[in-house]
Amino acid sequence: MTDLTPVLSATWGAENSWTLDTYTNHGGYAGLKKALAMEPTDIVAAVKDSGLRGRGGAGFPTGMKWGFLPPDDGLPRYLVVNADESEPGTCKDIPTMLSAPHTLIEGVAITSFAIGCNHAFIYVRGEVVHVYRRLMKAVEEAYAAGHLGKNIHGTGFDLDVTVHAGAGAYICGEETALLDSLEGRRGQPRLKPPFPAVAGLYARPTVVNNVESIASVPAIIDRGVDWFTSMGTERSKGMGFFSLSGHVKNPGQYEAPLGITLRELLEMAGGMREGHELKFWTPGGSSTPIFTDEHLDTPLDYESVGAAGSMLGTRALQIFDETTCVVRAVTRWTEFYKHESCGKCTPCREGTYWLALILKRLEAGTGTEADIQQLLDTCDSILGRAFCALGDGATSCITSSVKLFKEEYEAHVTQGGCPFDHSASALFEYADASDAPAIEEAHA
Amino acid sequence: MSYDEQTLEGLTKDAAEIIGRYPVKRSALLPLLHLVQSIDGYVSPDGIAFCAEQVELTSAEVSAVATFYTQYKRRPNGEYAVGVCTNTLCAIMGGDEIYRQVSERLGVGHDETTADGKVTLERLECNAACDYAPVMMINWEFFDDQTPESALKVIDDILAGKAVVPTRGANTVASFKETSRVLAGFQDGRADEDQGIGEPTLAGLKVAKDQGWKEAGK
Repeated sequence: MTDLTPVLSATWGAENSWTLDTYTNHGGYAGLKKALAMEPTDIVAAVKDSGLRGRGGAGFPTGMKWGFLPPDDGLPRYLVVNADESEPGTCKDIPTMLSAPHTLIEGVAITSFAIGCNHAFIYVRGEVVHVYRRLMKAVEEAYAAGHLGKNIHGTGFDLDVTVHAGAGAYICGEETALLDSLEGRRGQPRLKPPFPAVAGLYARPTVVNNVESIASVPAIIDRGVDWFTSMGTERSKGMGFFSLSGHVKNPGQYEAPLGITLRELLEMAGGMREGHELKFWTPGGSSTPIFTDEHLDTPLDYESVGAAGSMLGTRALQIFDETTCVVRAVTRWTEFYKHESCGKCTPCREGTYWLALILKRLEAGTGTEADIQQLLDTCDSILGRAFCALGDGATSCITSSVKLFKEEYEAHVTQGGCPFDHSASALFEYADASDAPAIEEAHA
Repeated sequence: MSYDEQTLEGLTKDAAEIIGRYPVKRSALLPLLHLVQSIDGYVSPDGIAFCAEQVELTSAEVSAVATFYTQYKRRPNGEYAVGVCTNTLCAIMGGDEIYRQVSERLGVGHDETTADGKVTLERLECNAACDYAPVMMINWEFFDDQTPESALKVIDDILAGKAVVPTRGANTVASFKETSRVLAGFQDGRADEDQGIGEPTLAGLKVAKDQGWKEAGK
């Protein structure tokens, strides 16, 4: 059995866990103190050696990303924290910022020092007002304590931090769309190259990292590379949040070494809800191909999940039991991608529109056998042809579910409707009204 | 612009503070749009003209940005923005039925506002609280683990003019305009208010404690 390893979450249960006092009393800002006594290049090297990989979904090595910045030319360079947590199923950064915002602020200070940044930004989604309050307060406290501002702890290092609220757009989690949004534009992705490391915010060298990646930096510096690499697997080092949601007894945040399995996590979470069994799950959010009970023992690290045909993504484990209609789940995700497609490229804008249309008629029982093939063909026209990863992600749940549950799509066609009682999936009792006229189209 | 002198003076002062946070003026546009929502309750034509003037863009350019983001409202929003998550996970756990009942009680559908201007209802996309599904958001505060009964109780309280309390977050839900001002980056002194941390947030921590597990090397 793999042990859980609470590091970022260690102080969440403490009284007033979000305050500077609580954080400091639990050893907070020791990493910053150590970092300020190091050469910036040594900090970058340590994070490289730790093997920390981006916790926002793509899994790109964090230290390597920092290493891509060109040599200092005396002009500004920026750190931008991606706190636009919006991938369906993903719910780890919000509790981190709500319960221990200083973990992130300390990480921002260390990272900025390492990469030579004097103005960092935290781009937090706009739909979480209390998180924004806590972040603004934490930044204010950090300034007052001398962890931010001018001449930090007498080192001559200056750092300003601006906390910026978005305004409701999933695409802004894509790093270049986020930069456009932060520049006051529509959040649409940019052509790469140039990558943000070369021309990012205001066309200056920029590092964009996820909240959890940056929040992991203080512990790596404070406790050392060997400590971090003692957790995880050969190529997926360290700990990370595994966010369990859905039909499990105790959903929530489980901070564990990478490589833990769903079987182990389910046991810790008390198993599936009483009297039900696992049907399908996402290993890393709605953009990752779905898994079934065949994958209970797949180590949840980047390599193993990839080899099994999905992606580790954000370790957002959405877990569904046998009452759940796959076609309903996939249709709803697809409507999400349709709504969130930014419209910049044709494959994604038109493709998600048609996918949602076809899926809705399949779900309603008015589709045909040919529609199922049409779905796959449409996915083919999007995957690898969209401007950014949103389009690719939109196809994942469709192609994987048709592969695993084709008979369920066919049953909707042959029965002329959904074979499932939707009320059986809910956590409370009610009379299923799904035969009634469908509720109005979302976001019409 | 038809803002009275006092309002315009306040807006201009706030705008200067917002613009001062960024190395490049245009970056202030998103918070400025939140700011005008804190005055008008939506992104009004006046608000667009004001933002355009502040960041030296045309009103067409500002409109193009404002219409991209769902949190910017094109019609006067209700005092309470009530959103029920109907993305896959919440929908399946009961969000669809909660939305149906809330919509029926309010007599409005998605993106519609009650006649008294109290509530604007929305079907929400994922709000990053999946471990608390089904989730409802009111003025961007969390109402976790909802049932139709718990959601309708909150709705009835709003309709009766009572203050409502989130399950995680501040002591009461601020109004749409007050919330918009916070999102423009102005603290309201409520960061330390707390409804307690929820069980799912602490779920892993509790297991680790019960099992006596410590992080490696401790």
